[in-house]
Amino acid sequence: MNRIDRVFESLNRPAFIAFLVGGDPDREGCVQAAKSLIDGGADILELGIPFSDPVADGPTIQRADLRALQGGANPAMVLDIVREIRDCSDLPVVLLTYGNIVHRRGVERFYREAAASGADGVLIVDMPHEECRDVLETAERYGMRQIFLVAPTTSEERMGRILASAGGFVYLVSRLGTTGGREQLSDDTLEMIGRIRPRTALPLAVGFGISRAEHIRACAAAGVDAVIVGSAIVDIVEATLHDRTAMQKELRDYVREMTETAKACAGTRRPER
Amino acid sequence: MAEKGRFGKYGGQYVPETLMEPLLALEDAYARACGDAAFRDELRRYLTEYAGRPTPLTYCANVSRILGCRVYLKREDLLHGGAHKLNNTLGQALLARYMGKRRVIAETGAGQHGVATAIACAALGLDSVVYMGETDVQRQALNVYRMRILGAEVIPVASGTRTLKDAVNEALRDWVTNARDTYYLLGSVVGPHPYPTMIRDFQKVIGEETKQQVLQREGRLPDAILACVGGGSNAIGMFHPFVGEGVRLVGVEAGGRGVDTGEHGATLCAGTEGILHGALSYLLQDADGQVRATHSVAAGLDYPGVGPELSCLKDEKKVEFVSVTDREALDAFHFLARTEGILPALESAHAVAQVRRMAGEFDRDAVVIVNLSGRGDKDVTEVVRMGGLQA
Repeated sequence: MNRIDRVFESLNRPAFIAFLVGGDPDREGCVQAAKSLIDGGADILELGIPFSDPVADGPTIQRADLRALQGGANPAMVLDIVREIRDCSDLPVVLLTYGNIVHRRGVERFYREAAASGADGVLIVDMPHEECRDVLETAERYGMRQIFLVAPTTSEERMGRILASAGGFVYLVSRLGTTGGREQLSDDTLEMIGRIRPRTALPLAVGFGISRAEHIRACAAAGVDAVIVGSAIVDIVEATLHDRTAMQKELRDYVREMTETAKACAGTRRPER
Repeated sequence: MAEKGRFGKYGGQYVPETLMEPLLALEDAYARACGDAAFRDELRRYLTEYAGRPTPLTYCANVSRILGCRVYLKREDLLHGGAHKLNNTLGQALLARYMGKRRVIAETGAGQHGVATAIACAALGLDSVVYMGETDVQRQALNVYRMRILGAEVIPVASGTRTLKDAVNEALRDWVTNARDTYYLLGSVVGPHPYPTMIRDFQKVIGEETKQQVLQREGRLPDAILACVGGGSNAIGMFHPFVGEGVRLVGVEAGGRGVDTGEHGATLCAGTEGILHGALSYLLQDADGQVRATHSVAAGLDYPGVGPELSCLKDEKKVEFVSVTDREALDAFHFLARTEGILPALESAHAVAQVRRMAGEFDRDAVVIVNLSGRGDKDVTEVVRMGGLQA
């Protein structure tokens, strides 16, 4: 069974999905950071393959992409990081990247190598449902889950088609805009969760702007299956670049606090859904 | 077009999900506007009474004598604002108003698209915000002032390479955030569908007029037409009505310091297939798919991508693509200034340089047209900085 599916089958609370940019701040630092997130209790790890022009991302992740690229990160290095994580953990790993990275490597080769490294799913931020025919077929052939975004602007008609193709979980973009932590969860988010929940058995994960324990509680109350935190984690990496020990401790502590909140929401989801 | 939004295999809609519905709404509104006689009439009226169309086709007696063929310039530099850009910005600003959007965002490299956007928005009573790379803000200070005088808010972009590519990224981020009430007025035939088709349609007036004018003057179609290529809007606007008509079409890219130095913007000459800013097209990129930094003396050509329709025309060998270096473009800038009293934009000077290079291939009766996409006033400071007056 795909590791992503297994996580969602086993939890009766929202899963905590932690994001890092692969190779940020360098290969070793990224592996240490990933292990800290795992130690802190993350349920799924999302690893970004950095891109020079990440238009869906805010300044925090754009800076992390740049740091990683300047440190020599490339798709091969990120897959190598996945292998190293796989050596010590069975945590599901989702690769998140942009269309040109996959296109340049070749769709077939990208998925073959990603599956061989131990990754479980792929999300291509700028490849909407309309452009993904090749990708979907290939992902399925290699047992990878293809994850899609649904936005507050997505129409009912398109949502139906996206939900029919998606695997692993559905990534709900909590609001219009780029990635980055926000004070409050937008009303759009809760409205969207209500709209999608009755339409699919797939787990719903909310991302973009999630950074605090109260966001997790609000999402859990609305019936979501997972929260995704990216920029808040990358902010910690950035703030502790020159002290790796502090980086590992702060990442572990942050994820522990967030996952404790998620655990306190036990009973909010029914895994058999 | 093979399928919706595709030119052969190129084009498409490679954007974050948040932008899919705004793109579908744009596609729908554009189709309605095309079928709406009132919209078409209003655009025609703005193009003639406000922008100054048709622009002249100027016979260049001095250049023709020197080069040994009959050289004409299509004078988009004489359009209001000083560049072909206004054809597109008037069309799209009218469309923005048609869609009920009051806020318009745009990106600009050389500043000409920003100026043209600011002009169109001022004329139509819309708010405009223009993103511009910090490097371009510095080298195109005159156009930055013009935009601000016209009421646009200019936002310098400090991320990435601080040029046009990064201005597009920031404009896309703004649109992702504000798509509900904001119209993104893209400046070239790049980006996701429907932009490449829509902007081509707004710009093909250049080629249609040229065809009429050259038939009137020469009684036949020209032997060759040249146009510079950054994103490619003046080139496709000029070429489109001539594709398949037996006219040699030459697109001239930015060779920068030389294509072999890696410091250039010659996407079709030296690029490979890739996805940037919403479309599959030729792209300057490294082996892993990271977009490469570009260089050109002409800010408007300093872009690593190109319109998908031009990529298709390259593969089908319907248009030839060559590159011209910074030095050759600067020489051509001075050449046209001295021989004809016309200052070309540094972008257009690339096409002028290429006609000088090709002159030996034409006989005396050959008719060659260069699309003079913009005027060079904006570049005077940069030309002085690059070495100033030539003897």
